[in-house]
Amino acid sequence: MAVSFYGQDVVSPLMLGTAQYPSPEILRDAVLAAQPGVVTVSLRRESAGERAGQAFWSLIQELKVPVLPNTAGCHTVKEAVTTAHMAREVFGTDWVKLEVIGELDTLQPDVFGLVEAARILTEDGFKVFPYTTEDLVVAEKLLAVGCEVLMPWGAPIGSGKGLNNVFGLRAMRAHFPGVPLVVDAGIGVPSHAAQALELGYDAVLINTAVAKAGDPVNMARAFRLAVEAGELARIADPMEERDMAVPSTPVAGKAMLA
Amino acid sequence: MNGKPRILVKGAGVAGMTAAVALAERGGDVTLYESGGRVGAGASWMAGGMLAPWCEAESAPEEVTAQSIDSVDWWADHVPDVTREGSLVLAPARDVGEIARFGRRTSHFQTVGTVEITQLEPDLAGRFHKGLFFPDEGHVDPRKALKALLARLEQLGGRAEFGEICPDEATFDWVVECTGLAAREKLDNLRGVRGEMLLLRCPDVTLHRPVRMLHPRIPVYIVPRADHVFMVGATMIESENAGGMTVRSMMELLNAAWTLHPGFAEAEILEMGTGLRPSYPDNMPRVVQDGKRIYINGMYRHGFLLSPARAREAADLIFGPQA
Repeated sequence: MAVSFYGQDVVSPLMLGTAQYPSPEILRDAVLAAQPGVVTVSLRRESAGERAGQAFWSLIQELKVPVLPNTAGCHTVKEAVTTAHMAREVFGTDWVKLEVIGELDTLQPDVFGLVEAARILTEDGFKVFPYTTEDLVVAEKLLAVGCEVLMPWGAPIGSGKGLNNVFGLRAMRAHFPGVPLVVDAGIGVPSHAAQALELGYDAVLINTAVAKAGDPVNMARAFRLAVEAGELARIADPMEERDMAVPSTPVAGKAMLA
Repeated sequence: MNGKPRILVKGAGVAGMTAAVALAERGGDVTLYESGGRVGAGASWMAGGMLAPWCEAESAPEEVTAQSIDSVDWWADHVPDVTREGSLVLAPARDVGEIARFGRRTSHFQTVGTVEITQLEPDLAGRFHKGLFFPDEGHVDPRKALKALLARLEQLGGRAEFGEICPDEATFDWVVECTGLAAREKLDNLRGVRGEMLLLRCPDVTLHRPVRMLHPRIPVYIVPRADHVFMVGATMIESENAGGMTVRSMMELLNAAWTLHPGFAEAEILEMGTGLRPSYPDNMPRVVQDGKRIYINGMYRHGFLLSPARAREAADLIFGPQA
């Protein structure tokens, strides 16, 4: 059942973002409750200079969960590449979740800039986790420049709308059977996460849904249970849907009381 | 105890000023010392000054509300110009769902619509159609309030010393240290949380109370001061960079002001400020005793709200619980 990214096994298909919690202490308790395989951390330029964010990063590193730094909020290739380099230095990892935002209202990835930044970073030795759409052609290009993981969105970041295009996500899963796929963005409630795992996705990334819940710690636990349920359901081979009813009790042999 | 205990309060931010006044009122012989040259040389100078026990429950633990309900009265008893007109919570049309979420997590408010919003803030007539009104909240101008506390301390017989030379601690019975991030070598786990704010002058807009503009990522509040001056704040960034405001933060703050009222487009920018909020991992302040030394620190974003309760706690450590 282990999920593996770039040859490294992680303990859970749940990836948890660390932004927007009411306090670092609640963040820590949420991580303990979620038991995520990976935590993501965003790096802002004003906190990277002279390691001004070190106090917060130390709290994250004390969680002893593999850290995936991200380039959240970057709108250009250059910004994303610079941020990735700063993150590698701060966190001592060559993993990077690559975000190149193309549109302000939907925070949709700029897929052209994304492929370009992924190419540059892969050549620089980074292991890139690209935040992308469910577009298969873009996905092919990301793999071609060296990405070994894809992170399609479920819905716009922070919208909580769940899996907006189940057909597209299903097609992506079928198209790339050997590539680790992570639903990133848009997950609002645990059932969305379970659904992604049931569809065969290897992992889900969640931040707002936990951080902005009234009780982040219990919501974190709910997501842990949901990914466990989704993963078990997939392994257990779910039944096929059909249009007509099938009686669960056979008709043949029933007493006929005419 | 014979005679008044001699107490040195270090730091003239909101934690130090409230402590100095509370200790003098309980009978201490108080000397206030501030290395920064004036009251409010640190983060307190940049504060919003909202006395909002119920609004803060949206993201703060329940204790914040419980411990701060009395603070509106404390400020009204100690400084002039405490405004008790409540606070208003609004959201742009596309983010109106945030109002429901805010309401679920708070209490002591009335849901208001177009008519009530117009009655409360005539300048916002027709611009917002749903909001929350917290009638029991108030606000102060932090800079005036800190100066008023200094005057109060002197009335009570206390002294204040500003400058580079700290009075000899050995000549005091107690030292109460309220120095914010400067105490981080002595206090474990204290960190700075960067906040940026603007002061605008806008004769075209009149507001009577703080307005919080909800947004899923960038919640902003606008607090009216005297003479059509408005404080717009504040960012919350996990960083100890105290350098100048970034363009992104400035745009976020200005966008919120402009969304509230287009008249802000013509406002004059009086000041851009950055401060580092001293914070513990749970974002709650602490009173820590070490022999005859007491630390009050970690006010985070709740300095004006929670410092009266923490000052009382420190006074109880020195004088015993109050009857």
